[in-house]
This record gives sequence, structure tokens and C-alpha cells, in this order.
Amino acid sequence: MARYKVFVFAEVSNSEMGSAEYHPWLNRFAVFTAGVTLVLIGVGGVVTSKGVGLAVPDWPTTYGYNMFLFPFSKMVGGVFYEHSHRLVASTVGLLTAVLAGWIAWKDRRPWMRKLGWIAFLAVVLQGVLGGLRVVWLKDEIGIVHACLAQGFFVLVGAIGLFTTRWWSRFSLRKHPIAGCHALRRLALGTTILIFIQLILGASMRHQHTGLSINDFPLAYGRLIPPMDAVSLARINLERIQWMDLPATTAFQIALQFVHRIAAFLILAGVVWSARRICKTNGLNPVLRGLSVIWVGLVAAQIVLGASTIWTNKAADIATAHVVVGSLTLLAGSLLSIILVCCVASREGNPAWALGIQNSEAEIQKMGMAG
Amino acid sequence: MKKTGIWIATGALLVTSGMAFAQGSISGKAILQGAAPAEKAIKMDADPYCAKTHATGVTTKHYIVGPGGGLANVFVYVKDGLAGKTFPVPKEAKLLDQQNCLYVPYVMGIQVGQLLQIQNDDSTLHNVHCMAKNNPEFNLGQPVKGMKSEKVFTKPEVMVQFKCDVHPWMFAYVGVLDHPFYAVTKEDGSFTITGLPPGEYTLEAWHHKGGTLTQKIKVEAGEAKAPDFIFKPKT
Ligand SMILES: [Cu+2]
Repeated sequence: MARYKVFVFAEVSNSEMGSAEYHPWLNRFAVFTAGVTLVLIGVGGVVTSKGVGLAVPDWPTTYGYNMFLFPFSKMVGGVFYEHSHRLVASTVGLLTAVLAGWIAWKDRRPWMRKLGWIAFLAVVLQGVLGGLRVVWLKDEIGIVHACLAQGFFVLVGAIGLFTTRWWSRFSLRKHPIAGCHALRRLALGTTILIFIQLILGASMRHQHTGLSINDFPLAYGRLIPPMDAVSLARINLERIQWMDLPATTAFQIALQFVHRIAAFLILAGVVWSARRICKTNGLNPVLRGLSVIWVGLVAAQIVLGASTIWTNKAADIATAHVVVGSLTLLAGSLLSIILVCCVASREGNPAWALGIQNSEAEIQKMGMAG
Repeated sequence: MKKTGIWIATGALLVTSGMAFAQGSISGKAILQGAAPAEKAIKMDADPYCAKTHATGVTTKHYIVGPGGGLANVFVYVKDGLAGKTFPVPKEAKLLDQQNCLYVPYVMGIQVGQLLQIQNDDSTLHNVHCMAKNNPEFNLGQPVKGMKSEKVFTKPEVMVQFKCDVHPWMFAYVGVLDHPFYAVTKEDGSFTITGLPPGEYTLEAWHHKGGTLTQKIKVEAGEAKAPDFIFKPKT
């Protein structure tokens, strides 16, 4: 039944709408919302980097004030970051509501409307999670809050992609993507690895125990960090008495070590993907551009990760590491979306191929080839 | 009439002195061996009010060392030897104050069930974030000068850390015990724990930077002298 509806819509969009689906201001607004979301991730990152998430103990109020009436003069110390985070978050919530409404009003693709409402629900859930993290004093919620933020950013970024002129006019027949099955596997696999890497990162950051391995590229002067009880006791004595850091655990040390290993797997995945894309689809400016940007981002991300360790987790560097991490995930996600839609279109799966107007599958199904 | 009065007075004296003799006390000293590590300057510019109250600058005060190396702010308490005994909960409350953007006192003790009053004496806002592990964690906002909150701990816990997330330099440490036999060393490093029933005890001394030290001590009626607790900074 659902599939039937999709077919009807595809017919309409192809025969009547065509490139008319492109709404430049909707696209600009979606990209703007994604941009403000990135700023929000940055401010949220500062809150965690500086460990001031609980500087405002109440929610949704701020020290008993309505959050929009909280006086600027009281935004001192940690309150400044946490309260700013709430204000920017409210802005993103509002922008997302407008975006979802705008899509419902102008965009005739039903799956796009669904995406708009999912984004709205996600931003509401995200706000509530942020509030519960404060009220329930649970670091674990902070981890979920951080990961949902990344997912939401990718979702709004994808809406940005789906509303571009390029997407609305993209024709696989005119600009075929070569070897998209293999490319999809590589790009999607790497992107999933990046998301797992972000979860690891969030888990490390929300322990608030500082660095558990404080040298790089080596770990406590070795290739594999020591995790036995005796070494751990020695490390913790050092941390508490001389480094102003709380005790760490073998689990935390292992987590940070895995994060380092995963970083190099991701680097390999991204470089390999980009190489393959440039070899097989070097003339496709979007694919080539995205993959080159992806390589640049992942390289910057590794430098920032190393700098986070070398500066003993300086708040600005650690926050930049979070923001560039989001962008790396977004670049991988957009590439993967294009490749997934390409494969779906090749395989004649209209539910996915619908993402791309005039895709091969549609053209064949509709008998409009030529 | 006069005679009766004298008799009563003598009787009272005997009873009180007898009570005093049935109980013991421990006194001793915490010592820092060697030079104290340098303290770090605290930057308070994030809150203009705090910066103004410390116009001449302020540093951490991890090591307050008196003459002869006496180390202040060491929490000394009876860790073992009181099992099975219960002690009345003091009626008077203990005060944890926030003055000039610092917790006062920095180290204190309290009994399970005893009222803890937490007060803001500053014209700025603080959040009182109790990082207890055995007791429930809590986080209170005190946006206005003179605000007072009251809390009670339900389980022993040494030490409970308090912090303020608005002012990341603000910390306090509270030792929660189910008995009244604890003390915090004074500026000269000395402490006295009074009113102890005679017995054998394990005494522990905790210092925020120096870690913990323990010793066994036998208390009889009268004053027992504990050997010095000697903390050693890394050389
Ligand atoms: Cu404060």
C-alpha cells in the first residue's frame, strides 16, 4: 500500500513537477538551520569541555527565572556557557519547527515531510534529554544527548542536501555514477565507523576524568597502555596527588586506546574511499568535492585529537575536535546517502530511488526513457 | 544548710570528674615533611564579583603549613573500633558557607542525621553541587545572598566532595560519620578528639592532596597522645 502511494507520487513528480520541486529559500533555510546546529554542538561541546553542565542546577528554569528572562548580568562563570547553550538550543528548536512546517507547506515529497517532522521530534527529545541530564545528574544521559546531537545534525544536513537544486535536477542517466555498489559499501562502512567513534568520544568526555592516557602517539611510553592493577594504582596515585585529576579506570584507558586505533581505521577508510571516488567518478564535481573535503576533515580531526592530548585537554581544542567530528560525520553521511540512492536506483527500488528525481529506475518504471 | 551545700558541691565535682575520667581523648598533630609544593594562582575574572573580593589575588590553599611543619585541614577520625555502638545525633546544625566565592570551611565533619546548613554569603550566584557517592548526589542553586538550604546525610562517607560549577575553583570536603569522634587539624596541625570511651581504635588522617594515613591507638581514661601523622609530598 505504502509502496503504491510512492509510485503515484513518483509519477506526479516526474511528469508534472520535475525541477519545480526546488525551493531556493527552503534550501537556504535548511542549510542555515544546519549551520546553527553546528554552532549549538560547539556551545554544547564547550559546556562539556569546561565541565559546567551543572552550573545551572534547574531546568527548564534558570535559577528560578524563565530562561528567556534570566538577566545577562547573572551569566557569570559556568552559568554563561550553560545558559548560552540553552538559548542557542531554543533557537535551533524554533528553526527546526519552522523548517518542518515549511517542508510540509512547500515540499511535495511525502518522505521529505516525514523527515521534517522526525527532525522536529528529535530536537524536542534532544531538549528534554539535555534537561534530564541536569535534573537527574546522570552523565550517561549526557552521552546519549551528545550522540543524538550528531544524528540530528546529519538529519538537518541531509534535508539541506535533498532541497538543493543539484538534488532536484540530478539525473543518473545524464551523470551516471560508476561502480556505486563498491563505493557505497566503503563510504557507508567508514561513516558508521565514524559514528561509533563519536559515541566512544562522547563516552570519554562525559566521564569527566580528564585524559586517561596523557601521551601520544605512545601510551604511557608504550605501544599498548598498561591496564593491570599495579600500574593502575601507580597511575592513579600520580593523578590524584600531582595532576589535579580524579582516578581513572582500566576501562577508560582501554576506551581511549580503542579511540586512537579507530581513528587510523577511519583515516584509511576515508582516504581509500576518496581515492576510489576520484578514480571512478573524478568528473562528478559533487562526489569529488565531498570526498576531498572528507579527507581534509579527517586529517584535521586527527591533528585536533592529538592536540587535545598534547594540550592536556584544553577546552577550545577539545571543543574544536567535537565540531570537526560532526562535520566529518556529515561529509561521510552525505556521500553515503548519494551512493545508497544510486544503488537503490540501479536495483529498481523506488522507495529509495525517489530521493533522486529522474533516476534510472524511475525513468524505466515510468517508461519515460529517452 | 551551709554544710549541705558543700556536700552537694563536692558530690557534683566527684561525679563530673568521674565522668571525665571514664572518657578519654586523643590529641596529636599532622605534619608535612619537606617543603610544600607551590600553590597555583586562581583566576576569578569569570565572575566580576569574585574577582573584586580578591583584588590582591588568590591562590589554591592545598597546603596550609604552620611552624614545625604542622599541616592544617587534615580530617582525622576514628575509622575502626566503635562497631556496635551508637551515639546521639547533635542537635546543633553544621554550617557550610560560601564567602567571597570560596567554601568555608574547606574541610569539615558532620554526623549522619545531623543538619547541614549551606549558605550563600555572596552577592553572586552559586550552585552547591554535592558529589556524594554513598549518599544521594544533589545540586542546588543559590542565586541570592543570604539563601540557606538544609540537607541531612543518611550514610557515613569519607569524604564527600562539594563543588560549584559556576566557579570551577570552589571545593569543600565533608567527612560524614556515624559517630562524633573526628577533628580537623588547626593551622598548627594539631587536633584533639574528645569524649572517647576507652578502647583500641584505628585512626585515619585524610588530606586532600596527601592521601590517607592510619595508625592504631589505645585510649584509656585521660588523654592519649597519638604519634604524628607525617605526610610526604613527592620529591
Ligand atoms: Cu560558586
